[in-house]
This record gives sequence, structure tokens and C-alpha cells, in this order.
Amino acid sequence: MKVILRNPRREVDVDGKRRVKDLLSELGILPSTVLVIRDNELLTSDAVVGGDDVLEVRPVMSGGSGAGA
Amino acid sequence: MKCRKCGGTASLELRRHNAAFCSPHFIEFFRKQVAEAVHRHHMFTTDETIMVAVSGGKDSLALWDVLIEDGYRTAGLYLDLGIFDYSKESRAKCEAFAAARGLTLHVERVAEAVGAPIPVVQQATRRPTCSACGLSKRYLMNRAALEHGYPVVATGHNLDDEAATLFGSVMHWQTDALPRQSPALASTHPKLVRRVKPLYRLSELETAAYAFLRGIDYIVEECPFAKGATSIAHKQVLDRLEEASPGSKHNFLFGFLDRARPAFERVENVELHECTSCGQVTTGAVCAFCKLADLVKRRTS
Repeated sequence: MKVILRNPRREVDVDGKRRVKDLLSELGILPSTVLVIRDNELLTSDAVVGGDDVLEVRPVMSGGSGAGA
Repeated sequence: MKCRKCGGTASLELRRHNAAFCSPHFIEFFRKQVAEAVHRHHMFTTDETIMVAVSGGKDSLALWDVLIEDGYRTAGLYLDLGIFDYSKESRAKCEAFAAARGLTLHVERVAEAVGAPIPVVQQATRRPTCSACGLSKRYLMNRAALEHGYPVVATGHNLDDEAATLFGSVMHWQTDALPRQSPALASTHPKLVRRVKPLYRLSELETAAYAFLRGIDYIVEECPFAKGATSIAHKQVLDRLEEASPGSKHNFLFGFLDRARPAFERVENVELHECTSCGQVTTGAVCAFCKLADLVKRRTS
């Protein structure tokens, strides 16, 4: 599957099937810090991904003085 | 994972609530949390028009969306910081959002008010960028609301923002900052408008999920100056705590608001004056914003 990461934008290819929580763990990402999106739908950590899936892993953090505005 | 309410496929897991929701029930949950915040802190009524400070990011556009959906009268305020393509793109997102809903968007340019865009202010003052930027935003939000006659400004600060700010204040024992940290700051002077944070009960993950599920086109890219900001480091520390113990951020912030904040409130009232230069409210003779603008003028001329 193809995994699209943001800030900075980059793509990684991952072989095999696994749960979202295991994929994020391999990528060193805490589940509560990202939305995981497939086919314009949000996935929970127990969803199984792989094969021809294209996933976007979108960070949710905003910061600096910009937070909140 | 199944939705707690209907048993359908869940879109989002909320570990701190030990729950998961499908898209429609998550949106219902989100709106209830905002309604609870507004009600609990008497933030505003449907008789008032709320100025919503928007940056083009997920939080502020989610806030604007939920207030519109709940039937409030609103107008937007975008502060153009002059941060290269980031500001151009974020402004375009706000303009598109307002135009699609037929709502007013006021735009204030920081460069016009302070004498230079934020990147030049940062170079001229050698202060942390977020510090000068935050000061300018607070000043301009209040000034714009006064000028346009709005009684209240709503910002998109979420639970993570508030917990990180509290963490920073406690780390440095800024006892003067602690009583000012509140979901609603009343107007304590005729030239100070009310400031409210209706998203303070919702996490960053939840505001992002709401914005996504509502189809809001927001800027995902981070402000280029936020990299390395202390507030980000504090959020990362709290994220690790939350991962190990869901609900930590909530307990930290809500425990402070419910039980600790009153202990830091000052007995004596702070005396407020009008700045001798611009007429806005300050505790001294000249306000911090005018001092910043003066410094920028001297160092860039």
C-alpha cells in the first residue's frame, strides 16, 4: 500500500496487511496525533489496511501562536 | 470498532471517553460539547453577532462551521500575518469558506498595523516569532471587534492548546498568567471585548475529525515559524502522557479550571488605562503592541 505523510509531504510504500495501529507504531506515530484516511473515510486503529490501499496520515497538531485562530 | 450509539462502523475512537462514534454520531457529540461550553460559561447568545477569529486552520474553521450550524449570527476575522505563501493560502481558505456561506470576512493586515510583516518583525525584534505574533493577534482581534461593533470574539483554541498553555505556565510558575487562563474572559473595560473559546472541551484530534467529516477545506500545512516552538514541545510531552493514560490532558485542564484556578485569582484588581499612543487598553502608559510597533519602526528605518 501507499502511505502519504504530511509536513513535509512524502510517500512511503509498505508491504503486507496490518492494523492501522501497527502501521502507525512502525512509522513511530502516536495514534491520537493523526487522522488516517482511506477513500475519503476515517479509519480507526483496529481497521486492517494493505494491498492497493492509498492512505493519508494527516497530522492534527497546530502550534505556535497560531493555535486556536 | 463499533459506534457506541448505533453499532455502525466507527469513524473515530475517543479513548478518553472510552467510546467510538460513526460520522453522524461523532458530529452530534461534537456539537453537544460546544453547546455545553457555551452554556456553562455564558459565552454568547443568539441575540449577539460573534466575531470568529479564523486562520484557515482546522480549529477556527470548525468553530465557525459549528456556530453557523447552531444558528448563531457570525462574521469572520482573518489576520494576515504576511508569512509568505502560508498566509496567501490560509487567507484563500478563509475567503472561500466565507463566500460559500455568504458571510462577512474582515481582513486585517499585521504589516499595516505593526509596520512590517511577521517575518520582518521577528528579524527586527529578535523575539521568538510566536511571541510577537500572539501579541499582535490579541491586540488586532480586540481592536477589530471594537471598530466593527462586535461584543465578543471567539477563537478556536482546543483542549490540547489549553492544556499546553497551562503546562507552560505551570512549568515557569507564571502565577499572573494562571488566572487569565479561562474558556471565557469577561469584558473588564469598555474597550475590551469578551473573548471566548467554545472548543476548549474538544481535543485537536476531534476538531480535525470534525473539519474533515464536514468537508471543510482547511490548511493542513504548519505555520513555518511554529517549528521548534515551545508550545509544540509541550504538546508532544502531553501527547505521550495521553497515550499512556487517556484522559490526562482533560484531567489536567479541567482539574485546574474547577479546583486550582480560583486560588490564583488576585485579591486586588488590576488597574486598566487607555494607551497614550493608540487608546487601546493596557496596564501601563503605553501598550505592548505600540512598544512593539515602535521597536520595529526604529530597527527597520
